[in-house]
Amino acid sequence: MANRIKIKKGLQIPLLGKPEKVLRGNVTSEFVHVWPEDYQGITPRLSVKVDDTVKAGQALFHSKMYPEMLFTSPVSGTVVAINRGAKRRILNIVVKADKEVEYVEFGKKDIAKLSTDEVKKSLLESGLWGFIKQRPYDIVANPTSEPRDIFVTGFDSSPLATSYDFVLEGREADLQSGFDALAKLTKGKVFLGISPETTNKGLKGAKNVTITEFDGPHPAGNVGVHINHLAPVNKGEVVWTLNAIDVALIGRLFNEGKVDMTRKIALAGSEVKQTGYYNMLIGTELKGLVKGNVNEGSLRYISGNVLTGTKVASDGALRATHSQVTVIPEGDDVHEFIGWASLSPNRYSSGSTYLKLKKAYRLDARVMGGPRAIIVSNEYEKVFPMDIMPEQLIKSTIAFNIDKMEQLGIYEVAPEDFALCEFVDTSKLEIQKIIRIGLDELRKEME
Amino acid sequence: MSLRKFLDNIKPNFEEGGKLHWLYSTYDAFETFLYVPNHTSKSGVHIHDARDSKRTMVIVILALIPALLMGMYNVGYQHYLSIGVDASFIQTFIYGLLGMLPHIVVSYVVGLGIEFAMAQIKKEEVAEGFLVSGMLIPMIVPIDTPLWMIAVATAFSVILAKEVFGGTGYNIFNVALIARAFLFFAYPSKMSGDQVWVRTDSTFGIGGGEVVDGLSGATPLGQIATSDVASFSDFSFHSVTGEVLNLWDMFVGLIPGSMGEVSTLAILLGALILIATGVGSWKTMVSVFAGGAATALLLNALAVNLIMEMPPLYHLFLGGFAFGAVFMATDPVTSARTEKGKWVFGFLIGVLAVLIRVFNPGYPEGMMLAILFMNAFAPLIDFYVVDGNIKRRLKRAVK
Repeated sequence: MANRIKIKKGLQIPLLGKPEKVLRGNVTSEFVHVWPEDYQGITPRLSVKVDDTVKAGQALFHSKMYPEMLFTSPVSGTVVAINRGAKRRILNIVVKADKEVEYVEFGKKDIAKLSTDEVKKSLLESGLWGFIKQRPYDIVANPTSEPRDIFVTGFDSSPLATSYDFVLEGREADLQSGFDALAKLTKGKVFLGISPETTNKGLKGAKNVTITEFDGPHPAGNVGVHINHLAPVNKGEVVWTLNAIDVALIGRLFNEGKVDMTRKIALAGSEVKQTGYYNMLIGTELKGLVKGNVNEGSLRYISGNVLTGTKVASDGALRATHSQVTVIPEGDDVHEFIGWASLSPNRYSSGSTYLKLKKAYRLDARVMGGPRAIIVSNEYEKVFPMDIMPEQLIKSTIAFNIDKMEQLGIYEVAPEDFALCEFVDTSKLEIQKIIRIGLDELRKEME
Repeated sequence: MSLRKFLDNIKPNFEEGGKLHWLYSTYDAFETFLYVPNHTSKSGVHIHDARDSKRTMVIVILALIPALLMGMYNVGYQHYLSIGVDASFIQTFIYGLLGMLPHIVVSYVVGLGIEFAMAQIKKEEVAEGFLVSGMLIPMIVPIDTPLWMIAVATAFSVILAKEVFGGTGYNIFNVALIARAFLFFAYPSKMSGDQVWVRTDSTFGIGGGEVVDGLSGATPLGQIATSDVASFSDFSFHSVTGEVLNLWDMFVGLIPGSMGEVSTLAILLGALILIATGVGSWKTMVSVFAGGAATALLLNALAVNLIMEMPPLYHLFLGGFAFGAVFMATDPVTSARTEKGKWVFGFLIGVLAVLIRVFNPGYPEGMMLAILFMNAFAPLIDFYVVDGNIKRRLKRAVK
């Protein structure tokens, strides 16, 4: 029986449009888009030119700092465009997909017989390394560092989240191989956090890992919460983090000898007519997914969930690290009269200044107020289940007082840990952005 | 919607390059007051809580309404008592309403005027903090405070206690209390004694008349501070006409005092609203009352004079104690911000308020100074709470 940790603080935002646990088919697109910015903390260097042909699993770009760290194409085909933004920063690489996917052959491998370096090499050259993140800084893991432990989250507690149980059905063997591979990478432990409701045998019965159940509202599924409760990160220590879906991708690499970045993704949100799950390759355009299946009006398409996802255009693509697409109203055409006096049952607040009459809400992307100084106290604390003082940490990060940031636990956190703080914030600050910039600046100072 | 169209029509004048761009903050304040801004999130979370700064402040004002109405009624009640006229409920209330309204208007016009101007200069949105402060100021002064004094005090506190620190959210001291303290130290004759608490003249032609014989307008705290009776059992509080006041009168609030502070009952109603909506911290409120009661009990046990003998409930019901506990100590900006800190912060306010009342012969009311004093110490309290968290983290690393 796994240890159970009860999480009391947090918030389950009741949104309309939970994904129904039905697999509705496969979605493909002619063009596949790969965005280097999905891999946090990487400076990309191109490995291909326009008109080059690539196989699935062949490098499109690599890390400037660690040239052995490759980021590979999810499909075989021809590179048709490399789009750049300001200062010639690479925005995305577009690959025109072949009819039949041709994979780079990595060869099936028995993990038990591999050394640490061999596992590491396989992950780096296959492009799956990018899914392993590290704390401090919440960036793609530094392959030369020794992680104290590796933390894997086995469930997603965010609003309208993908069900890991459902997505990983039938992937038990890949999961176990993934865990075995991870175990090779650390001298410490591999921790797996699951929910009391987890049913998937590949998660619940995983071997070679230390399983802990986290019971409570979001962010109970955030790996940051798991770390803070199990073995917090101290200054000088490094831990690596992943989610179980990516662990299964890693397992598949060793079991099948090829890089198959197909994800079973959830289509969710109040503006989706029929929610459900679809098989989709990373980088696939959303057009085929949402066509005819969303309501009219000004909509916001999000790759990922409503708290941490990336806003994409209606013809955008599924981003690399996401297993979910959410569609909500944009709300830029709504003019709500004297909102401060509103008694409308459609407004949702985590606090008690509005009556909560509905079970689920249709929330749009409006910020619902202007930015202010931090005024209300004990607001972030209620949704931040860690032994860290969020308000003080945010303030020291805004001031970029490195001593205070270290003392208050900056090394233990990632922007996603502050997503709920940002949601409830009366002062409407962009807290995840503040933490992201703080972490990036800190890394520049320290490295 | 024609109002919306009107706003959209005039908006270009206020935007960059428009003729009235220098009034943009003012336009924005009115627009966002009328309509929820429709800008959508650019980074981070895609959905936001419906609660914003406006909603929070409106809840506080809502919570102030019972005390405000009760205060208005009491202004009229004390007036008609002092001229010996038996007025109807409506007449009494209207007298109080007319008596108090000019104070509220002056406070808002002066304070908001400065806030709008400052927002304009800083090119920021107008913060809502003064909506509450502007209501608090008239509620904590005597009815006969001249309007120009309110204007001066409001300007003083908004500029020197708030804007110089950076505006709402950055101030160290409670803005309304600074206004009160300014009045108290600058114009003591208008803020204390037995002449200022009850208006005996007519207001806008209503009321007025021959004052009854032997009128005494001192507040209960003023009465006990100046009494030469030896022990509390021989002492009794009395109304303006000399009748004995019991604890219930004090709780309901039909006693001389600052306009909004008199009715503990109405204040507790406000406290209920603040606690139910989560806008005010129940921890701070409870600990202020606990600190006051504990200190009063201790002084009762050691009593050597009349005021030391005054039982705890009198302390809690009289003067600005309840009002301060519910509406001033809980100001999140100037209070301790950590949860543990709030217990300490509140408790010490209660302790200090009672100590000042009992041991300071010059000034019968201690709440204002107690809260301002603890405002200054709130960052120190928080420092130790935060330091505890830091030490725990260091210890973990060493292990």
